[in-house]
Amino acid sequence: MSNAITLRGVRKAYGPVVALEGLDLEIGAGEVLGIVGQNGSGKSTLLKILSGLALPDRGEILMGGTSVLLDSAAAAARHGIGMVHQEQSLIPNLTVAENIFLDKAHPSKRHGIYRWSALNQAARAQLDKLSVTIPPTTLVETLRFSDRQQVEFAKVLAIEEMVDRPPVILFDEPTSLLTPDEIRGLFAQINRLRGRTSMVFVSHRLEEVLEISDRVIVLTDGRKVAERSSGSVDREELYELMVGRQRVDPSLRRAARPPVRAQMLLQVEQLGSHPHFRDISFKLGRGEVLGIVGVLGSGAEELCRALFGVIRPDAGTFILDGKQVKAAGPRAAVQRGIGYLPSDRRSEGMLPGRSLTDNTVITFGSQYGWKRTILNRRRERAAAQHWMTRLKVKMNKASAPITSLSGGNQQKVVLSKWLLARNLRLLLLDHPSRGLDPGARDDLFDVVREQVGQGLSVIFVADTISELLELSDQIVVMRDGEITARFAPSSGRLPREEDIVAAMV
Amino acid sequence: MTTTESHVGAVDRAKRRSGTHGLLQSLRRRPTWIQFGGPVTAVVILSIGFHLVSGTFLTLGNLRSVVEASAVPAIVAAGLSFVLIMGAIDLSIEGVMAATSMVVALLVANGVNGNHLGPLGIGLALLVAVAFGLCNGLLNAVLRMPSLIVTLGTWFIGLGMAAVLFPQRVPQIRDGLLLGVARIRILDFSLVVYIAVALVVAAQLLLNHTTRGRMIYAIGGEEHLLASTGIRIKGIKIAAFSLCGLFAGIGSLLLSAQLGSGNADIGSGHLFPAISASVLGGTVLTGGRGGAVQSALGALILEVLNNGLIQIGAGPYTRNIISGTVILSAVALGGWNRRRLLRVVK
Repeated sequence: MSNAITLRGVRKAYGPVVALEGLDLEIGAGEVLGIVGQNGSGKSTLLKILSGLALPDRGEILMGGTSVLLDSAAAAARHGIGMVHQEQSLIPNLTVAENIFLDKAHPSKRHGIYRWSALNQAARAQLDKLSVTIPPTTLVETLRFSDRQQVEFAKVLAIEEMVDRPPVILFDEPTSLLTPDEIRGLFAQINRLRGRTSMVFVSHRLEEVLEISDRVIVLTDGRKVAERSSGSVDREELYELMVGRQRVDPSLRRAARPPVRAQMLLQVEQLGSHPHFRDISFKLGRGEVLGIVGVLGSGAEELCRALFGVIRPDAGTFILDGKQVKAAGPRAAVQRGIGYLPSDRRSEGMLPGRSLTDNTVITFGSQYGWKRTILNRRRERAAAQHWMTRLKVKMNKASAPITSLSGGNQQKVVLSKWLLARNLRLLLLDHPSRGLDPGARDDLFDVVREQVGQGLSVIFVADTISELLELSDQIVVMRDGEITARFAPSSGRLPREEDIVAAMV
Repeated sequence: MTTTESHVGAVDRAKRRSGTHGLLQSLRRRPTWIQFGGPVTAVVILSIGFHLVSGTFLTLGNLRSVVEASAVPAIVAAGLSFVLIMGAIDLSIEGVMAATSMVVALLVANGVNGNHLGPLGIGLALLVAVAFGLCNGLLNAVLRMPSLIVTLGTWFIGLGMAAVLFPQRVPQIRDGLLLGVARIRILDFSLVVYIAVALVVAAQLLLNHTTRGRMIYAIGGEEHLLASTGIRIKGIKIAAFSLCGLFAGIGSLLLSAQLGSGNADIGSGHLFPAISASVLGGTVLTGGRGGAVQSALGALILEVLNNGLIQIGAGPYTRNIISGTVILSAVALGGWNRRRLLRVVK
């Protein structure tokens, strides 16, 4: 079988983070290639490179034996490559027909004059390839998500007529927002096109990838670690491969863990928030750490945000210290003693243009003033200084802007903001180590451990399995908005990394 | 094989359905025509209401004066639609109108200086109007300055230019061509009304039947998605602002012709009605929706409201209160379903 696309030695790094390393990959003509991997394994970088949204630092992309330069989505389209985006790329207030031909020159738009009937006919022909009955004149914003995805599919298929070779269609997590019926529909479409077009199917759902693909490759830490035909897959082996570098230090496994016999703080029962997560139940004691892990879209981040009140839950109960918490919002959460370290530190966690002191006292500084109205800057500065010293923030002076610090120290300042609260009981850490180097991460975790030792409860969404195992007393694994596994390291035994991966994908 | 068959079948079906490729046909199939229903209904209901109260509203003479009075506001509002649909705003209308009026009065035959450029003078005046729009577009699209501030600046530049150009005494226009536009009447309507209708229709065709026009809608919809498809957005933005300037300039010329002189104050009181008219007609300030015809119909609604309130004896201040309330209600209702879209309102 000839290859539609061949990648040779492709490398891509974002700053110090290597997303792809020496990747060799063939996409056969007419085959469906599945790609699986954890967060940060390089799946999305690979798609970006194939769809022209990112240029590789090294290596080459060959199509039909010649090297091609995919430096824009338009260039990729000229070579017959199109992507069905996870976040859809349709313009909502234009019609279906306009969207299908938005990025393409078409006779019905010659000289910049629209010939609506010709355009609609051409769109109809594309939709008919998929046996979709959506009228081409419908505005996209009036369609359901699954219908919009079909339009996106038709838009990519329309590339077929623009190039003289079979198209290559990339699917980025296409099933994550579809119902089971809609997934069956999508798979039927893919099966109809199998053999005629090449398709790359990227998903974190291993079962689906195995079902729809002819061949599966596993990416781990930016490298291709396995390549299997879907018929002959040893799942246990895949899980093992997907763990990659995220293994915990073996000494940690031998270390004894004192069981936590804590007083109950938080009780969450059947909490749900459509469409992010549902049926989430867990209990958390004082001085206990609950680690949550899941791939992108698992709902772990949203669960954190729901506990802080940013997302409103639509089902279940949330009992804090014996009192049921009603729908509230972040302000009420702060008053109840809940703190939240957002994953997007720059835009949600800190005030980039302001000083370290300002960032520390932004939420609770007023408690040092007169009746919380007139601020006492001197006492605020003293309090900020106190916490920044305790957390060992490396800085020149407290009046320097927070952006002058390294990521790890910024994160500590954001954390100190919450530690100023006199009644802080529960701290939510959403990907706290994101963008931090290992040293900064260890520092931050030391601070968290110290606070936990003094009775603070922590829920944290882990970036890697190793940090999950390092810090957690309880572990919850989420997939597609549901809890798929629970582990209790505090009972003495750490779970195997493979078991956690198996519950994630 | 099956796919080819269904493909052919579909084309056949589509051919049968579409029939002739007439403009009317495609206009009828466009979803936009339904959007005209709201403003038209509003005009009808308001007219009947005012007639029931005053008894004098629905007379031929009064209706004619309503149409005459809404001609220039309709042109200005239709021009503004280009910018509003992109989700931007153009506040410079009044300044552009002032500068255009003064330039044309000083370039064609007039009572102040010896210039006698005729049609060339009119063309140059319109060029000034387009230059203002072009400047707005360049500053907004290339230098990425918010349209609110850019056009606020050019508004005052326009007003200032008009004041500086103003000679010792009022420049009376003596150009036959320009004055003729205001005087010629066809079927009891002045030529101004026909020009307004033609411009509004042209604007609508431009918006709905050209790639650039549709891209104006797309910019108002999801600009960042459009950018990633490789379409040149900057050029479209600049063109939209230039068209807005051109339409304001034409409106100013027509008013100057009616007035018979150049006037630095000619645009005064046209900005707010133009924005309100667009919103009343269904052109949402967040962009992506509406059209030239809708905005023009909005201008008609405003004029019906204004005229009707005079008919039933409301004073000028009461009229302001009522007009303002109506506009606020229209904005509130129009944006009701899209409140979530407006993440941050400033």
